[in-house]
Amino acid sequence: MKRIFLICLTFAFGLGILEILGRNGAWNTELFPLPSEILSFLGRTLTDGHAHAGKATGEKNPSPILYAVESVTDSTLLAAITVTLKRLAFGYFIGFALGIPLGLITARFRFMRETLGLVALGMQGLPSVCWVPLALIWFGASESAILFVVVMGTLWSLMLATEHGVRTVPPLYSRAARTMGSKGLHLWTRVLIPASLPSVISGMKQGWAFAWRSLMAAEIYVTILSGYGLGWLLHNGRETLDMAQVIGVMLVIVAIGLLADRIIFAPAENWLRARWGLDKA
Amino acid sequence: MPANVERELQNVPPSQLALTNVTKLFTSQHGEPVLALDNISLTVKEAEFVCLVGPSGCGKSTILNLVAGLEQQTEGRVLLDGEEITGPGRDRMVMFQEAALFPWLNVLDNVLFGLKLKPGLTNAEREQVALFYLQLVGLEKFVHANVHELSGGMRQRVALARSLAPNPRILLMDEPFSALDTMTRESLYRDLQRIFTQRSKTILFVTHNIREAVCLGDRVVLLSPHPGRIREIFEVKLPRPRDINSPELAELSSEITAALKQYLKKDA
Repeated sequence: MKRIFLICLTFAFGLGILEILGRNGAWNTELFPLPSEILSFLGRTLTDGHAHAGKATGEKNPSPILYAVESVTDSTLLAAITVTLKRLAFGYFIGFALGIPLGLITARFRFMRETLGLVALGMQGLPSVCWVPLALIWFGASESAILFVVVMGTLWSLMLATEHGVRTVPPLYSRAARTMGSKGLHLWTRVLIPASLPSVISGMKQGWAFAWRSLMAAEIYVTILSGYGLGWLLHNGRETLDMAQVIGVMLVIVAIGLLADRIIFAPAENWLRARWGLDKA
Repeated sequence: MPANVERELQNVPPSQLALTNVTKLFTSQHGEPVLALDNISLTVKEAEFVCLVGPSGCGKSTILNLVAGLEQQTEGRVLLDGEEITGPGRDRMVMFQEAALFPWLNVLDNVLFGLKLKPGLTNAEREQVALFYLQLVGLEKFVHANVHELSGGMRQRVALARSLAPNPRILLMDEPFSALDTMTRESLYRDLQRIFTQRSKTILFVTHNIREAVCLGDRVVLLSPHPGRIREIFEVKLPRPRDINSPELAELSSEITAALKQYLKKDA
């Protein structure tokens, strides 16, 4: 508790200094807004819309699209977070559901490794933004285009990590398992897959990072009407020259990344470390 | 204890093993054929403890792998209780040089791994069987420990419990104590001898340590390398339990060492 308090105090102190310096004209606050302005943007847009409606513009705009374009206010940010996280979860899930089995297949069959595995290796090196033009032509400015880009960002690294994990399982494990009567599917599900967990989990972490980056890229480039995500909000902040919005949204993106690490990956890695020991995990 | 568990824990009749004119050819990395085993014939009686000793390259581990069903001989026959070995089987359990325990499972689940593949028991019964063997190797306090938390000696004890748990008729041990320190090893010699007497198993034990072989085996089979051949078989008539530091044991093992040196000199 004491540590958390100290950490919060340090951040508050830093922000306070920035606020004082900014207010005394140390820089142009049009370009780099005061911490208080960013916080007020976050507070305004993260909370429930009705309570604060009209604070920013002084009037309520009835059309949701115009409303979002003209002024970002009320619970817009909350809605954008929901839209973005839904896309991320869905795209990541598809990438996961395809990547793990494909990784197992390339690990198992040499021919698949030499063909599909090579494709995966090449595609992993391709920055996922590069998929955006293709996605736009194939799917139009739609939800599918964004999903496609996210899946392409996730799939290859998960596939390669799974393959690597399975192929680096010490042969001794499968020998020992075979002498105890394990073979075929049992050998895969009870030995090879669990033994490759450290690699698969680090692949999942990398896959998530790629998915997150590619989603932001897609949201900035693909303006679609099926829902405004964080990337669009960032883009919109630039168009309306609202720097508090730009920086505020960036902070939210950073926070989501941190939270995902703390909530999803840190527990998985801690579990690995407890089971496998420090050296292997 | 339920009747089912009691029946499972009873000693099974130990196996008898017969290798006749076994030859094993490998292909080296350069594509040349290498003769690993040259015309090996050996019989192991029921409940006999046989140690295979020899320098590296003598094919002692290959013999073990053939019996385990992990490899196939090029020529000759390997018969277990009169039947040809075609693959791994529950009647033969293997203990490896490194513990080969699964790090994603705790101690109990490691011991349960082979047991779960054995039909005719409920999971609760399997757990009782596993606990029995963990107690036999003196690890009842570490049932829920993770593998990496154990010392090397404790890991080998878990591996021993794991290989005993499915109640095999023959135990194949591939230099299981060679990575351990002297004190740990000596306590494992005591325990293995106790378990061998109690559980009545046939044991085929591979080692490069001649004293260890004399300490444990009823017979010590001396092999020489390139190609792997049986040179001489020594009977050990010392009473059990044997102490590896006893003078009688030292006498016999120096005799075997001298013999090995003679053979190596002759080959060179």
